[in-house]
Amino acid sequence: MIPAAFEYHSPSSLGEATALLARLGEEAKILSGGQSLIPLMKLRLAGPRHLVDINGIPDLAYVREADGFLKIGGLTRESDLEASELIRTRYPLLYDTTRVIADPLVRNLATVGGNLAHGDPANDHPAAMLALGAEVVAAGPRGERRIPLTSFFTGPFATALTPDEILVEIRVPVPAARSGGAYVKLERKVGDFATAAVAAQVTVGANGTCERVGIALTNVGLTPIKADRAEAALTGTRPDDAAIKRAAQLAADAAQPTADLRGPVEYKKDLVSVLTTRAVRRALDRAGGGR
Amino acid sequence: MRIRLSVNGEKHEVDVEPRLLLVHLIREELRLTGTHIGCDTTHCGACTVLLDGRPVKSCTVFAVQAREREIMTVEGLEQNGKLHPLQDAFIAEHGLQCGYCTPGMLMTGYAFLGRNTAPDEDEIRHAISGNLCRCTGYVNIVKAIAAAAAALRQRGAA
Repeated sequence: MIPAAFEYHSPSSLGEATALLARLGEEAKILSGGQSLIPLMKLRLAGPRHLVDINGIPDLAYVREADGFLKIGGLTRESDLEASELIRTRYPLLYDTTRVIADPLVRNLATVGGNLAHGDPANDHPAAMLALGAEVVAAGPRGERRIPLTSFFTGPFATALTPDEILVEIRVPVPAARSGGAYVKLERKVGDFATAAVAAQVTVGANGTCERVGIALTNVGLTPIKADRAEAALTGTRPDDAAIKRAAQLAADAAQPTADLRGPVEYKKDLVSVLTTRAVRRALDRAGGGR
Repeated sequence: MRIRLSVNGEKHEVDVEPRLLLVHLIREELRLTGTHIGCDTTHCGACTVLLDGRPVKSCTVFAVQAREREIMTVEGLEQNGKLHPLQDAFIAEHGLQCGYCTPGMLMTGYAFLGRNTAPDEDEIRHAISGNLCRCTGYVNIVKAIAAAAAALRQRGAA
């Protein structure tokens, strides 16, 4: 399959890239890892007249803690996130997530920024980042702005980014002590999108109650879904079986799946409940020092 | 666009249309047909090549993205007329049936063994999870990669 012809641009600085994007407008697409965009172009579901390849822009790939945040450069490859000692030891929710995104070959090119900016409700990082309370930094011709993930996903394949903005950084607040997270995904096979997946992040107080809870859902709606009511049901409570069950039910209620090859609506809603239970239990276990 | 790249250590300078996919440059321009096109939809991994040492699906990379970079294809495994120990292991362990996925399996396996010299079975299976074998001959592919790891360790120790 051969994509439609396009003009290729390879800016070597952020300023050059955003100026190009501002000039080309809606006719341009940003080429990051290309692992979602190129397949769409081959199927002719996307046919941008211009591709702005941001891979030549320096200093957009990094994973580090600074100023109370975990900062991930937008161009960071998924495989570099997977290989990061910091992620493996301190951010189990992100480690779980990056290991189940597509497959290892795709992860060698796919980027964390692209996984979010593509706006696909079936992608895995959106739910993980929502549960973690992350924000993104968008760079445009007029400078940078910060966008909380909760107002980032505006529709299917649509985000709050304007056509002349580039997602340059993801910021995750460094979790407090006694925090843990987990991402539990059901996929038919490696490389498939989730039938459903649930991200959970918890912080447990010294008295054993949940101080902070983040729960978000993958591929059960038109956008990634933050399960606010499920979070609220656990926050401030001792997370016993009854409380987890209640939260799992509220998460299932928040899901708005459609029937497809991966299953009917009732099945997917029930699956969200089961996966929420597992994700919250694993997150709690890890908050207590478990692996 | 005129681009320069290195393939299996050999320098090339070629004219490409931006929309040309890397796999088509490799097969049709450079006539290195060891790299296969399987699904052409980023699923199967038959077209796996190394881009600066990392295995990627060459059906999902534009040739222009490989400019000034190093590509290694399955033809680059053999050195001085001798098969690479990983290729020997695929023969010895019957790591192929129809052979269609083999170039991709070899390139993924080669890169993986460069990072992990003593892998266990789970690690091997995780590493090749982006390469599909429609003969479902995974058991022998996993054995072949494990055997190659052992052979390479022995060679390193010798």
